Amino acid sequence: MREIHVSAITDAVKKLCMEANWSLEPDMLRAFDRALGTERSAAGKQVLTILKQNAEMARTRQIPYCQDTGMVICFVELGQDVHVTGGGLYDAINEGVSQGYREGYLRASIVRSPFDRVNTGDNTPAVIHVDVVPGATVRIMVMAKGGGCENRSKYTMLTPAAGLPGVKDFVIECVKNAGPDACPPLILGVGVGGTFEKSAILSKKALFRELGSPNPDPTLDALEQELLARANRLGIGPQGYGGDTTSFGIHILTYPCHITSLPVAVTIECHAHRHKEVTL
Amino acid sequence: MRTPFSDADVESLKAGDRVRISGVIYTARDAAHARLLPLIEKGEALPIDVTGQIIYYTGPSPARPGTVIGSVGPTTASRMDKFTPSLLKLGLKGTIGKGYRGQPVKDALKQYKAIYFGAIGGAGAVLSEFVRKAEVVAYEDLGTEAIRRLEVDAFPAIVLYDCHGGDLYQDGQKVYAREDPYPQGGHK
Repeated sequence: MREIHVSAITDAVKKLCMEANWSLEPDMLRAFDRALGTERSAAGKQVLTILKQNAEMARTRQIPYCQDTGMVICFVELGQDVHVTGGGLYDAINEGVSQGYREGYLRASIVRSPFDRVNTGDNTPAVIHVDVVPGATVRIMVMAKGGGCENRSKYTMLTPAAGLPGVKDFVIECVKNAGPDACPPLILGVGVGGTFEKSAILSKKALFRELGSPNPDPTLDALEQELLARANRLGIGPQGYGGDTTSFGIHILTYPCHITSLPVAVTIECHAHRHKEVTL
Repeated sequence: MRTPFSDADVESLKAGDRVRISGVIYTARDAAHARLLPLIEKGEALPIDVTGQIIYYTGPSPARPGTVIGSVGPTTASRMDKFTPSLLKLGLKGTIGKGYRGQPVKDALKQYKAIYFGAIGGAGAVLSEFVRKAEVVAYEDLGTEAIRRLEVDAFPAIVLYDCHGGDLYQDGQKVYAREDPYPQGGHK
């Protein structure tokens, strides 16, 4: 049994939160460059160029890429041969969020209750998903999830008869519904199968795959490419000003489901796709 | 263009025009608007005089020591649709945000002569460069959602909706759309 003290987890989460908000990952920067090579709209190109400048300014000055520094979504793959010592795992993660947001000059965007809406002041708590996996390491994946795009995320329960065409139409309808409000170019995380809640969690986890990388399942990869091409035919474009780049990528994860069900969840992510991970 | 705006300033602008705004603008988003509305309904004075002014829908990130403001990009404007017509009626001449607005806002822009500007969503670091001064003028307890008075210099914006019914989103998207970009039954 390997022991990992909670302070190591807190320190890791703190660093991930700050760096995610200051420095876009290389997959995102490559996506901007690819889009600048294909975008025909002058307004769209200008938006993409400014967003690249924005990324560079955020990184060098250590200020957030976007003022909405998001709600922290934290996926943990906890090796079953790890013993976390010195406190609770969830408390350690939230302490990391608190330190990262306060010390990193990141915006506190979380209210303690959806009804009284009093700000917690340090962006806690995070939304935490823990999977227990074989091994003796802890993989921590953090996303700073913006609210404007999250508000356009959607779920539907299709019938098995609606099938694959129904799934495709729903995903495209979600892109239309997101429109300019969700800050395109968008990235879509799509969870298909499982149950109501399983599909939603899959839709979040799908966003952690490297943008531009193929889906390991060739059938799903072909589906992703087909949906991406169709999304980019909508003409919404960067910021909705019109253009070819409405989406940077569509990532799909699936899970077995009941004979009666076809759940589909779509998480809408903006171009401020701030994700970082570390393995302890 | 310098704030405050006159009706003539507003009438001269068309959807798609790129402008640079200098002078004073005010920040307000969901929580501040929710406090302004009851004052308007009761006919009481607002903590800011909106006549000729512009409201920027943003909640900035905290300023690092020695800087004016943190990241300061626009938030989704449609959440403020419920409040906007009554502010335009009081003489507000512009709002800055991102995303579509509802028909009542479009109608009010025509009726009261005002502009809906766009700033690039997610470009908060770049946009912070155009803010020279920032101070909280009301509702400090709301934190990032407080009303701030910003002094901006050549703040870059684009006219999304003008006061003549012009709409940059429609104009821009129809050039590139090979499938209808609007969802069945409207946006939800």
